[in-house]
Amino acid sequence: MTTPESARVEPVDESVTTTTVEELRPLYRQMLAIRRLEEASAKAYSQGKIGGFLHLIIGQEAVCVGAIAALAADDYVVATYREHGHAYAKGVAARPIMAELYGKKTGLVKGLGGSMHLFDKSKGFLGGYGIVGGHVPIAAGAALAAKYRGDGKVAMCFFGEGASTIGGFAEGIALAALWKLPAVFICENNQYSMGTPLYRSLAVEDVSLRALAHGMARDRFDGDDVVKVKRRIAEAVQRARDTSEPTLVEVVTYRFRGHSMSDPGLYRTKDEVEEWKRRDPLTRSRQRLIDLGATEADVVALEDDVKAEIEDAVHFAETSPAADAYLPYVIKE
Amino acid sequence: MPVMNIIEAVRDALRTQMRQDQRVVVLGEDVGKFGGVFRATSGLHEEFGADRVIDTPLAEAGIIGAAIGMALYGLRPVPEIQFGDFIYPAFDQIVNELAKFRYRSGGQYPCPVVIRTPVGGGIRGGHYHSQSPEALFIHTPGLKVIAPSNPYDAKGLLLAAMRQNDPVLFMEPKRIYRASRGEVPEGEYELEIGKANVVREGSHVTVLCYSGMVSIAEEAAKKAEGQGLSIEVVDLRTLMPFDIDTILASVKKTGRCVVLHEAPKTCGFGAELIAAIQERAMEHLEAPILRVAGLDTPFPYTLEHEYMPNADRLLSTVRQVLEW
Ligand SMILES: Cc1ncc(C[n+]2csc(CCOP(=O)(O)OP(=O)(O)O)c2C)c(N)n1
Repeated sequence: MTTPESARVEPVDESVTTTTVEELRPLYRQMLAIRRLEEASAKAYSQGKIGGFLHLIIGQEAVCVGAIAALAADDYVVATYREHGHAYAKGVAARPIMAELYGKKTGLVKGLGGSMHLFDKSKGFLGGYGIVGGHVPIAAGAALAAKYRGDGKVAMCFFGEGASTIGGFAEGIALAALWKLPAVFICENNQYSMGTPLYRSLAVEDVSLRALAHGMARDRFDGDDVVKVKRRIAEAVQRARDTSEPTLVEVVTYRFRGHSMSDPGLYRTKDEVEEWKRRDPLTRSRQRLIDLGATEADVVALEDDVKAEIEDAVHFAETSPAADAYLPYVIKE
Repeated sequence: MPVMNIIEAVRDALRTQMRQDQRVVVLGEDVGKFGGVFRATSGLHEEFGADRVIDTPLAEAGIIGAAIGMALYGLRPVPEIQFGDFIYPAFDQIVNELAKFRYRSGGQYPCPVVIRTPVGGGIRGGHYHSQSPEALFIHTPGLKVIAPSNPYDAKGLLLAAMRQNDPVLFMEPKRIYRASRGEVPEGEYELEIGKANVVREGSHVTVLCYSGMVSIAEEAAKKAEGQGLSIEVVDLRTLMPFDIDTILASVKKTGRCVVLHEAPKTCGFGAELIAAIQERAMEHLEAPILRVAGLDTPFPYTLEHEYMPNADRLLSTVRQVLEW
């Protein structure tokens, strides 16, 4: 049995995953773009241009970027309400993402949904979901459709560790295991379910162990190194594709900000947050690029490019027309 | 008398009842140390401890199911569902078990569980943080459904709910959680469950409303006054059992009625109210009863101003009824 102290923070894995500038550069670029996108949306939110609830993934970028890099372009991704980064990593452009956050007509779902409702059928991005855990069986269903059609696609489903206590999660992975579905279930364990730390919501602080009861493959590692995430998730993706067997993967990570924009995060100590910021996956990848031989000028050029891309997305969102007709989408046209 | 907003009134009711009844236990996601997403339970954990203010994992069906079990053997659980929109994972426990326990056990097990949950839109929260699910629960025999519109009613009704023996769904209007302020007595008082309140007298038309829509109706009534139009506003306060006597008295007086709610129109509570009035007072009606409601669509994000009823929409329907 684990205690509050023993398992909260997995020790940093010091081993370095081999990679090249060619492999790492696009991953770093995606992570940086996601961070800038999130920062820009936080700014727009504080200016009242984005409303409601906004859940940022800042600090966790290596998980969605590494994991989705292990997929083929036409595989499926099913994510949560903290999904802007997942959409971007799946190939959705910053412009329609930002426009959706603003509730504009040019948004991914025409401005009808907002932050938690990013969908892009053309990219195999099956949505953000706001009911925690409810999307896990949906991912299993998408995987079943892939298996039924024999099209070789894999469904990848993301959720937090907090989701592992609700029925939707238990039911979804049970079905995937029973029916041997080509799915990869990724628990982004950022150690807090809103204000509740992991040790107060789970009797055993290892979500991946749930796989054992279903005879399902599992994996568990820390998510600071985007290349490592990509490699380890690639094993699960391959298992899904080659043998049609699901995997439950738990990636330990940390969100630097509050649960949503309205959460000041008072339930964590400054020291704890600072400790995790020292493990920032972006800083780490940037350094790695330099170590691998990329020039500072090269990296700066990439960063300028990202900056321009996100500024353009914000401009696009701000100058886009407001959402209009939404009635047509209620029922089938 | 202290002035409170609705959050403070709810917290005050919980604290008041917990101080005098050891059986009352609060449970839910982040209700303890964190004090609840809307801070409704803040301070309770410090005062009453972790045994009586229980932080739960994310598990709505588990929360309600456990509350039922607790209630069967002597406790009086007051679970919080963070948003009304998250109640659906617990729908089975509420509809199949909680609501039917007394009946199904031949009266052996009354089930005094009071589920608190914030409802309604107007905070740009979009589909997952704005819904008004009352009709589903009013339609479920065995539940009492309460929907206060102001701090005074919220405290008095919540206290009453915690002191009776049947399951209650207590829906709190989140849009005006802090905006609605008023005098609230300290300590104990109870408002009778099942009693409506005529918040504004009028002679031309009755507007039936509840929860976040009461302030909209009052705003419309004020506007109309200048135009020589007298609107009677009835705040239902309890939706099940609803106060048919007060409703009929008002409708018989004015002869005309409009029902106002935020939930979608089709099969909304308005339909039931209209049927109930017609069954009993057809001969007193001078015009058909009309509804002003949310649209029959999922709850939108930036378009919520089009979705949500407002004073102008209410007034134009009121005129239709008057000009019949
Ligand atoms: C069924 C349901 N219950 C409660 C909520 C409110 N809520 C949203 S996110 C969240 C915490 C989830 O934590 P976790 O699964 O660890 O994911 P994270 O937010 O940390 O990414 C809660 C309680 C919800 N959206 N849905």
